[in-house]
Parts: sequence; C-alpha cells; structure tokens
Amino acid sequence: MKTRDRPSTLTGGQATASGTPRRTRGRRLRQDRAVTWLFLLPALIYIALFFGYPIVKNVMMGSENYTTATFYTGSAPWVGWANYSSFLSSSLAGTTFLNTAVFTVGSIAGQFTIGLAIALFFRRRFPLSGLLRSLLLLPWLLPLIAGAAVWRWILDQDSGVLNSTLLHLHLVHTSVPWLSSPGMALYSVIIVNVWIGIPFNVTLLYSGMQGIPEEHYEAAAIDGAAGWKAFRYITWPALRPVVTVVLVLGVIYTLKVVDIILGLTGGGPANATQTLATTAYQDSFVQFAFGQGAAVNNILLVVSLLFAGLYLRVNRRASDE
Amino acid sequence: MNRQGSRSTRVLVAATTCAALALALAGCSSSGGSSSSGTSAATRLNLTVEDYYSQPAAAAYDNIYNACAKQLGDTVTISHIAGAALIPKVLQQVSSKTMPDVLMLDNPDVDQIAATGALSPLSNYGITGDGYIPGIIAAGSYKGTLYGLAPAVNSLGLFYNVTMFKAANLKPPTTWAQLQVDAKTLTKPGQYGFAFSGVNTYEGTWQFMPWMWTNGGNEKSIDTPQTAQALQLLTSLVQDGSASKSVVLWTQADVESQFAAGKAAMMENGPWNIALLQGVSGLDWASVPLPTPQAGQKPVAPLGGETYTVPQTGNSAKMAAAGKMVACINSDANQVAISKAVAYVPAKISVGEQFAKTNPLLAPYVTVVQTARSRTGELGNNWDTAATAIYTAEQLALTGKDSPAAALKQAQGQ
Repeated sequence: MKTRDRPSTLTGGQATASGTPRRTRGRRLRQDRAVTWLFLLPALIYIALFFGYPIVKNVMMGSENYTTATFYTGSAPWVGWANYSSFLSSSLAGTTFLNTAVFTVGSIAGQFTIGLAIALFFRRRFPLSGLLRSLLLLPWLLPLIAGAAVWRWILDQDSGVLNSTLLHLHLVHTSVPWLSSPGMALYSVIIVNVWIGIPFNVTLLYSGMQGIPEEHYEAAAIDGAAGWKAFRYITWPALRPVVTVVLVLGVIYTLKVVDIILGLTGGGPANATQTLATTAYQDSFVQFAFGQGAAVNNILLVVSLLFAGLYLRVNRRASDE
Repeated sequence: MNRQGSRSTRVLVAATTCAALALALAGCSSSGGSSSSGTSAATRLNLTVEDYYSQPAAAAYDNIYNACAKQLGDTVTISHIAGAALIPKVLQQVSSKTMPDVLMLDNPDVDQIAATGALSPLSNYGITGDGYIPGIIAAGSYKGTLYGLAPAVNSLGLFYNVTMFKAANLKPPTTWAQLQVDAKTLTKPGQYGFAFSGVNTYEGTWQFMPWMWTNGGNEKSIDTPQTAQALQLLTSLVQDGSASKSVVLWTQADVESQFAAGKAAMMENGPWNIALLQGVSGLDWASVPLPTPQAGQKPVAPLGGETYTVPQTGNSAKMAAAGKMVACINSDANQVAISKAVAYVPAKISVGEQFAKTNPLLAPYVTVVQTARSRTGELGNNWDTAATAIYTAEQLALTGKDSPAAALKQAQGQ
C-alpha cells in the first residue's frame, strides 16, 4: 500500500490538480498527520523522559515516606500531606520563607541596579571598552564552588582580606563578622550573589540597548533631551520588555540558588542563610529524608512556576508589540 | 554450575546495560576476570571493592585490597567514590541491585544502610569481632547483629603548640577550668588560645560529643543540665574571645590550618592530622587526651573509623569470598599497616596495645579509643535526627542567639 502511494506523494501538486478522489486525499491527510507526529516524537519522548518524569516523580515523592530503605525494598508508603505539614509547622519554615524572599529580592535589586548602571556606562565607546566588557563576564565563567571558596576567604572575620583592608583604612574599628554572625550572613551571601548575577544583567541589558536606534537619541538631543532625560524618555521605555525578561528570569534563577549558599555558609550560622532550596537539599541529601526534601522542592517549584508563567505572559506581550 | 549459568546471564545483562547507557554512565566495570588459563585452579573471582578514600590514603588501601585478593586467589576492582558522594552512590546501587562485593561504610552510616536490608550479617562468614574495642562493635552493629567491622579507628584529642606553651610556662590542660584559663592566657592579637569546629554539619556534632559525653550528657535527650554545661564551656570560650567567632563556619580541616599557621595554641582534632602537621616546618606540637570536667576523669570521645561490610549481592560464592576479604582487611597485620598509613589506631585491643609501644605519637589515641563511644550505639538509624538537633543547638548558642540551655531546649523540640 505504501509503495503504491509513494509516486503520488512525489508528484503531489500534479495529482491534486488532476482531481484526486476524496478517499485518497483523506488518506493523505491522515498520512501527513502521522508524519507530523513522527517528527514530533523525538521531542515528545525527550520532554516526557527528562522533564515530565522527574517532575511527576518529585510531586509523588512529596507525598511519600521515601527514605533510604525505599531504595532496597522499593516501598514508599503514601503519607498524603504529612511531609508538607511537618515542614510548614516546623520552626524553620518561617525563617526559610523569609530568607528566600530577602535573598531573592536583595539579589535581584542589587544585580539589576548595578547591571543597568554598567550597561549604560558601556554604551559610550572608549578605548578598551570591549575588553573591559568581556572581563565583566568573569564571575559567570568561574565555577560557583570555586567562587564561593574565594569569597569565604575574602569575608573571613579574622584573616579575610576585606576586614584587614577596612581595618587599615580605619573604616571599621573591630573586624566585621561577615559570615559568622547570624545577623550579617544573609546580607554577605546576597552581596556575593549580586557579584555573580551582574554579568547576566549587563549582557542582556546591554544587548537590549544596542537595539535602540541611535537616531532616537540624536533627535532627542536636538530637542534638548540628554543625560537623565534621554534615559527616562528613550532608553527606559524602549528597554522595558528586556527589563521584564531579565527580572523574571533573575527571580527564577535566584530562587533555586544552592551552591553559592552551601559554599559560603552551608545554610548557617544558626540557619540564618537557610532558603527553600538549601532546606530541600539538606533534607534529601544530608538527612536522606527524600520525601520531605521533595515536598520542600515542590513548594519551590510552585513559586518558580508562578514566575515562569509571568515570564511567558510578558514574553508573549513583548513579541506581540 | 549454577554460578556459571547465572554469571553468563549477568554478563549479558551487563553488556546490554553498558551498550544502552554507554553515554550516561562513566562505564560499567568489566565483571569477567575469570581464569580460563588455569585449568586446575578453582574459579578465580573478581570482587568489586568500594570506599571513599582519596589520595594518598587510597593508595595505601589499594595495596591492602590487592594483597588480600592475591592471598585469596581472587582479583579486585577498586573504586574510590569521593567523600560525601559515597552514600548517594550506594543508595543508587542498592536500588539498581548493583552493590559492590565489599563496601566500606563510615561507622555512623552502617545502621542507615543496614536498616534498608542491603547488608549481610558478618557472622555468616565467621567474623565475630572478638577482642575489638566495644565501641566499634556497637557502631558496626544494627539491632544486635554485626554488619561492619573496622580494622582501625580514630577519635578526638587535644593538639597543642609546644612552643607557645613553653613560652607561657604552661602544661597542657587536663580539666575544663584549666582549658579556659590556658586558652585565655594564650590568646593575643592574631592568635587564639583554642580552636574547634562548630560547623552546622555532622562534623560539628562529632566535635561536640566529647564535651557532652564526658560530662554525662546523652543524645536521647539533649535538653539536660549536663549537656548545657558542655555547651556553656564552648560558648564561653567563644564569647571571651579565646576561640574565634568563625568556629561556626570552620570544618576540622579549617581548624587544622589555623593551628598549623600558628593562629591557635590548641585545637580539638583527630590523629589523621598528624601527617599533615609533621609536614609543617617549624611547628612543634604534641597531642594529649581532651580535658575532662574534673581531674582524673576518663574522657568519653566519639569513635571514628570506616567499617567493611558485605552487601547482599545475591551471588553466594562472591559473598563468601567478600567475607574472607573483610576478614583479611581486618587481620592483625593489616590493622597495623592501615594505622601506620593513615594515622589511626588498630581496632583490636591487644593489637592496639602493641602498636602504642612503637608509635608514641598515636599512643594517646590508643588510650582514648578504649573508652570512646559509637555515635549510633544508642539511637541506631535515628542518630541523624539527634545529630542535627545537636549542631543546631550548638550554632544557636555559639552565635549568641540563645543561651545554651534555651538553645538545647529549642533544638530538642524541632
């Protein structure tokens, strides 16, 4: 059957022109659809295997008493919402949510403001600006754990280079407990995360600015709008779609930060830098309470999904414009 | 006969798995190794051994595994899974039924893995653990059955900088009160009197145990005056500046580098640092048991050390051979060889006593481990929960967020 059909497919245009019987056309339509699905199949399998399965598994695990014994016996008793309620009722839950919020908002605010300032600065061309701009990518290129180890040393209370600089310049009188005080540690971690996030913000904002036609600025300059006014009335409105994308992606990336916190403080001291992501990690891979860890991760997933939905909406609106 | 058949099936399965997952996996180890050359010799088995050592210790262990295999007429395939990655890897192997034939487990992890049912009792292979330090037998046992046996053990002691002590005309402290006074005396700009690890991991808990146990504290309930006194001691040392406020971030390796750099006059640490410290030029140090609340008490330190277990692989011939392998790794000669290589002390009491005579640097630890306690001895696989509560309380107290008593009460309730 297939061999008989093939010639008509090859000379498709001709066959239609000469008035193919309806039966054949229907079959061809079905065949086209089958081919479409065949083309889609690899992608669908990939998505189901590498995105669908882990997510479904994680959602299920969140309601199971999944422990080390499960690996051997294969049985994970269904416990419903018990994992969620035991996390939410623990004294750690409030701290964790607050820390996650402060960490995310603080990191994004710092990264975006500094990133935008640097991107604006690099709009002017000056000698070596290209080289400097590529050097800015450095934090992005460093392995996070290596970066964290160096920052730990910089921020060390007794022999860190930051404290000894501040002391020598007489900016502080006693050494600052950057990472060893529960009151300071979260802010120190935010500072390091801002440093890591700047390249991402600069790169996206800078390329967004490249898309703004030079004529707009020339025209505005003739009308007397330069400097702040040019930024306020030309750069900012033209950059808005990019800004939203940068912010929403930034939030999603920041919510799930684990490595930098683990490298700097391990969630301490006294849980001062424990976020949803680090709590999930600790539950699953230190305590081996996989069900509990999955539950915390699911909460994180829902929060991230909210922002991902926002991103998709904003992106669609941006492309509609 | 039966073995032959099942092995060829397994080779087939292994080959298929290898082909299918060639990209994802680092590579399946070849499980062949059969001796087709020798006709008279019994079938030579290839045993897989898994541990978490890194160089240079790994090389010393490799020698022992190879020597034991040779003695048994088998061959070994050794894999070293770095530190913390071992347990996740083991769990993965447990679920995919690809456990190694001989598995090394850190002693507090034995209960956790034994509870899954994945380990076989060592009594099946005639291993009893007679003549061993009681603590390490308790650590290797789960619900009264011995699953893991450690050839060598370690614990915690007090290392002190001899130069600094001589300059201040001091002797190493034997009581808590002396420790506090000495630490304060030896503290000056750029130098702390005492260093320890109060980090928010099980390492911090391990370092807290000698203080808590020697004072009569118990992990079953940490909300007691005995444990609060122990926590008060460390908290006071941090609060009066005799110990750095950074102890809440320091791992034991950080503590060692502080001491080696001359930034701490004393440190709480284990004998595995001896080789490192000997390599530091100009550092004159010595080691004694940790101070006790009152003079003349015996310190109760936690027992460290890695045990060897025989997982349930389903291949009875290999499991029997693995049992012999574990017995060989635990032989008197190998206990001494391992102890010398990694600065541990032999786990058998009689071997340890001999060892102390020829290894004066490790002699204090031979005494310490006799009375040392296993972490999982009382709570079994619930130790992790208690250990988390202990380091949580310690962090709350050391950072001054709570008083020691209140911190312990809060952590106990979590």
